[in-house]
Amino acid sequence: MSQVRDAFLKPEYGPAPESDRLAMEWLDDGRRKFGHYANGEWFDGDGDLRDTLCPADGRRLARFRFGAEADMDRAVRAATAALAPWREAGSHARARHLYAIARRLHKRSRLFAVLESLDNGKTLRESRDLDVPLAIRHFYHHAGWAQLADSEFPGYEAVGVAGQIIPWNFPLLMLAWKVAPALAAGCTVVLKPAEYTPLTALLFAEVAHEAGLPPGVLNIVTGDGAAGAALVRHPGVHKVAFTGSTEVGREIRVATAGSGKGLSLELGGKSPFVVFENADLDAAVEGVVDGIWLNQGQVCCAGSRLLVQEGVEEDFLHRLRSRMETLRVGHPLDKAMDMGAVVDRVQFDRIQGYLEQGQADGVEVWRPSCPVPEEGLFLPPTLCTGVQPSSPLATEEIFGPVIVSLTFRTPAEAVALANDTRYGLAASVWSEDVNLALDVAPAIKAGTVWINCTNMFDAAAGFGGYRESGFGREGGREGMWEYLKPATRRDSAIRAEEDGVETDGSRPNSVERVDSQAVDRTRKLWIGGRQRRPDGDYSLTVAGPGGSPTVEVPRGNRKDARNAAEAAAKARQAWAASSGHLRAQILYFLGENLAARAGEFARALGRGNGGAIEVDAAVRAFFTFAAWADKFDGRVHSTPFRNVVLAMNEPVGTVVIRCGNRASLAGVVGPMAAAMAQGNAVVLLAPGRWPVPALDLVQVLETSDVPPGVANVLSGVHEEVFPALASHDDVDQLWDFAGDALSEEAERLSAGNLKRVWVDREGAVDWRALGAGKDALDCEFVLRQATRVKNIWVPYGA
Amino acid sequence: MTADSTDRNPGQALDLGWVRRIRANRSAAERRALALAGRRSVKRDAQAGWLLRAVTLTDLTTLAGDDTPGRVRRLCGKARRPARADLLRALGVDPGEFAVAAVCVYHEMVPVAVRALEGSEVQVAAVSTGFPAALSPSGTRVAEVRETVAAGAGEVDVVVTRGTVLRGDWERLYDQVARYREACGKAHMKVILGVGELGTLSNAGKAAAVAMMAGADFVKTSTGKEAVNATLPVGLVLARAVREYHRRAGFRVGLKAAGGISTAKDALAWMVLVKEELGDAWLDPALFRIGASSLLADIERQLEHHVTGRYSAFHRHALG
Repeated sequence: MSQVRDAFLKPEYGPAPESDRLAMEWLDDGRRKFGHYANGEWFDGDGDLRDTLCPADGRRLARFRFGAEADMDRAVRAATAALAPWREAGSHARARHLYAIARRLHKRSRLFAVLESLDNGKTLRESRDLDVPLAIRHFYHHAGWAQLADSEFPGYEAVGVAGQIIPWNFPLLMLAWKVAPALAAGCTVVLKPAEYTPLTALLFAEVAHEAGLPPGVLNIVTGDGAAGAALVRHPGVHKVAFTGSTEVGREIRVATAGSGKGLSLELGGKSPFVVFENADLDAAVEGVVDGIWLNQGQVCCAGSRLLVQEGVEEDFLHRLRSRMETLRVGHPLDKAMDMGAVVDRVQFDRIQGYLEQGQADGVEVWRPSCPVPEEGLFLPPTLCTGVQPSSPLATEEIFGPVIVSLTFRTPAEAVALANDTRYGLAASVWSEDVNLALDVAPAIKAGTVWINCTNMFDAAAGFGGYRESGFGREGGREGMWEYLKPATRRDSAIRAEEDGVETDGSRPNSVERVDSQAVDRTRKLWIGGRQRRPDGDYSLTVAGPGGSPTVEVPRGNRKDARNAAEAAAKARQAWAASSGHLRAQILYFLGENLAARAGEFARALGRGNGGAIEVDAAVRAFFTFAAWADKFDGRVHSTPFRNVVLAMNEPVGTVVIRCGNRASLAGVVGPMAAAMAQGNAVVLLAPGRWPVPALDLVQVLETSDVPPGVANVLSGVHEEVFPALASHDDVDQLWDFAGDALSEEAERLSAGNLKRVWVDREGAVDWRALGAGKDALDCEFVLRQATRVKNIWVPYGA
Repeated sequence: MTADSTDRNPGQALDLGWVRRIRANRSAAERRALALAGRRSVKRDAQAGWLLRAVTLTDLTTLAGDDTPGRVRRLCGKARRPARADLLRALGVDPGEFAVAAVCVYHEMVPVAVRALEGSEVQVAAVSTGFPAALSPSGTRVAEVRETVAAGAGEVDVVVTRGTVLRGDWERLYDQVARYREACGKAHMKVILGVGELGTLSNAGKAAAVAMMAGADFVKTSTGKEAVNATLPVGLVLARAVREYHRRAGFRVGLKAAGGISTAKDALAWMVLVKEELGDAWLDPALFRIGASSLLADIERQLEHHVTGRYSAFHRHALG
């Protein structure tokens, strides 16, 4: 008992190992060899057998298949066949299934936790206390959404077969984030787990099977990027949901362009961790520990950029270094470890590479003296100081246990530094001053902002990115929309019949001579609140509706597009910060001034009485979105913690609207008003066929107190103008109502900065009918496009 | 100042700027307290060793209206022999060198305890200053300290008047504690903050800082009579105040958790907290105490289980 005596004399932590016996038995039951799961059956398929290793000690845990295209096809076909019965099973039946899965996960929670730690290298503390309970919570929560889907989402239906690709850092949890909402909405699923960590997904398939999930509703094909690509490209997939690197996210964006597939991407990050001088500094130090050393820093939302107010930097870093000395790095199944192993040699070398480069650049790399096992892929916690914002260490996602420290002087500078990144996944803000914290949180461009906490997650609160961290939300009501679509699509034949302008768009033979009695009229572009001639000084001749005279309109070019985007960028911040009431006033005024010129616009639209009806619809659209400007409220989510989670509907930023040829006025006013109402700045590209009403609208905009740059109107050949906007890195969203080959091109171009894209190929919104009474769903649908949800976590307690 | 002295804390001038800067975020403290339990697991041999250590950190306490000399003598007997000798030997510990840190009693019981503990290392501690409310006349409270010291108590557990904290009257609190300290003389002073009645965690942190500036040898969470006693979040805040005082003033002040700590698991959680937040130096009776009455019985059962592999029963261990 000398070890007892030793511990008595000097209380050190002894080993506290969790047994892996039951996990090993489970692996042995499968003879350490796994196939794919589709249509309720296991199959080997065509792919090679590969090893999955335990990163803590390098031993082989099992072999599994690198799925081939044929395997993916088999799974998608199973999901397709299962779709109709699963949708039709109804809300309650799906709720029962999700509930059963949650219960069964619960009953095998320790097996999941041990297996996860073995396969991924994360500490058992994390898999047991964070990953697995949260995954279970997701299934319970979404059993609820399944139950409520019919009543809470009327007019919507499941988007179809969901192809889901998940990363290796939270294998089971990411599975839950993807699978639970999809099944709740009535989608069927084909899921590809990451090639480093397939095991818990395979165990999950077993659990779901035992829980009686109908064949084909959930299908799991293991493999690497090739299998993922086959899933993304598969024509039977209606929706792709991906969590992983920004690089692969871009490839998926390009690969799905023009396919009409729904897409949500949860990508990389370089999240700021902002410490103000009036924070509880010791609490903030623990926040850093939770923020960057959770899962060895292999967390997309890791707080990897420490921004400390200059006056407390020294004090804070002293506390942080002292705290780092007590971190424990070791075998993930030891229950007294803070950090386990990084997932793979590739990742290990990559992290080391960043640090070596940083040291060569003069960055001070500090590591505590805590022991680190020599065998296995273990890295110590690392603090980098003397880092400038221009250093790769401060800009690139390292995905390892490395935090870089910078300083700021004022709240404004903190926000500027926090936003000085291509990413926008999460942020953590530490201050005991509620005024300061609630001022800074909305100013940071990130999908989640944690005030005085970090890495808090819950099924009831949405999670997802801004900017190149991707789009779409997972969790909460906002997450459900990713797997739903409007149920009613109007028949395209009806739409063609309604189509106002009957000209065929072909080049007119000759320009109508000007009536010598009339005053010549020159229409211009409207950029930054001023009427501008097109940069190229070219005009375009367009044929009027119903045989009326042709008209010359400005032929904008790339530079006009650039100027408009810059004007919008300048205007958007103040517009976003203005009150909903003010925006409503301006939109009402626009409606008023348009109504005053109703006759003129009706004539420009032609179509006799139809023109007057459309002008009426446009005025109504201004009123409708003016009404919504101060009513599209966010929510307060109910999570199991003592806090307020504010789900705020924030403007997206600059929205480029490419008008379609239907509804030359209502189809211009509706989207513009919707975007403006929610605080976005707009660059509008007038309808290609009949741009005149849009250009005439400039005079209405000019007289209605619209701040310069908030709305910009361009005309021209879409092929010449739109690509410059679709690829512009300071445009946040594209709305494309034309739905043609150029739309597909735009989706590809959007991959540059991963702007959100809404291509309305099927005419989901009838702009002429908007505000006429039966369109509440359409309005909300549009308003959701005009906003993105930011979740601000505010814990409290005296 | 970064001096690192093992000397007794002499106190320092009241630094109001320091006091006012102290902020304790409750949610964050609760998360940290919860995480500590999950992050640090002490098992098997290490656990047995830690529990033995916990016994030596214990202030075995009786503070009841029905205390009698007989009751106190029984407690002192337990303090001298806190675990069965056969168990201690089996665990590699000499029973002759193994005792609790102190017994803690009311003033009236001090002479009884002093006699009962003669020749042992066990300290006699007494609560004082109008315990538990500290609302008796201020002169009486100081006189009480003097009498208690004169009666032979080596440690005095004084109580702060919660109103001074609740009103932010830090000067008054400082003066009060400084006068107690003066009255203590050579006896060590533990300052009971009554955290359950201070309203906020920040108040607990501020009160601890002021008490240390005024010369506390220990800051102590609770009298055991408040509705809420020693919780881990408040322990965290006090530990951080102690750490900060050590960093700034250079003196190590002790921490005493009292009230509601009744299981071996609780004791381990507190020791983990102290080890993590303050370091190994504090896992010593000179710097950390657990005030408890029924804790010992649970620890004894766990120790016996460690030796025999069988789950134990209370009646197999002597009453305290």
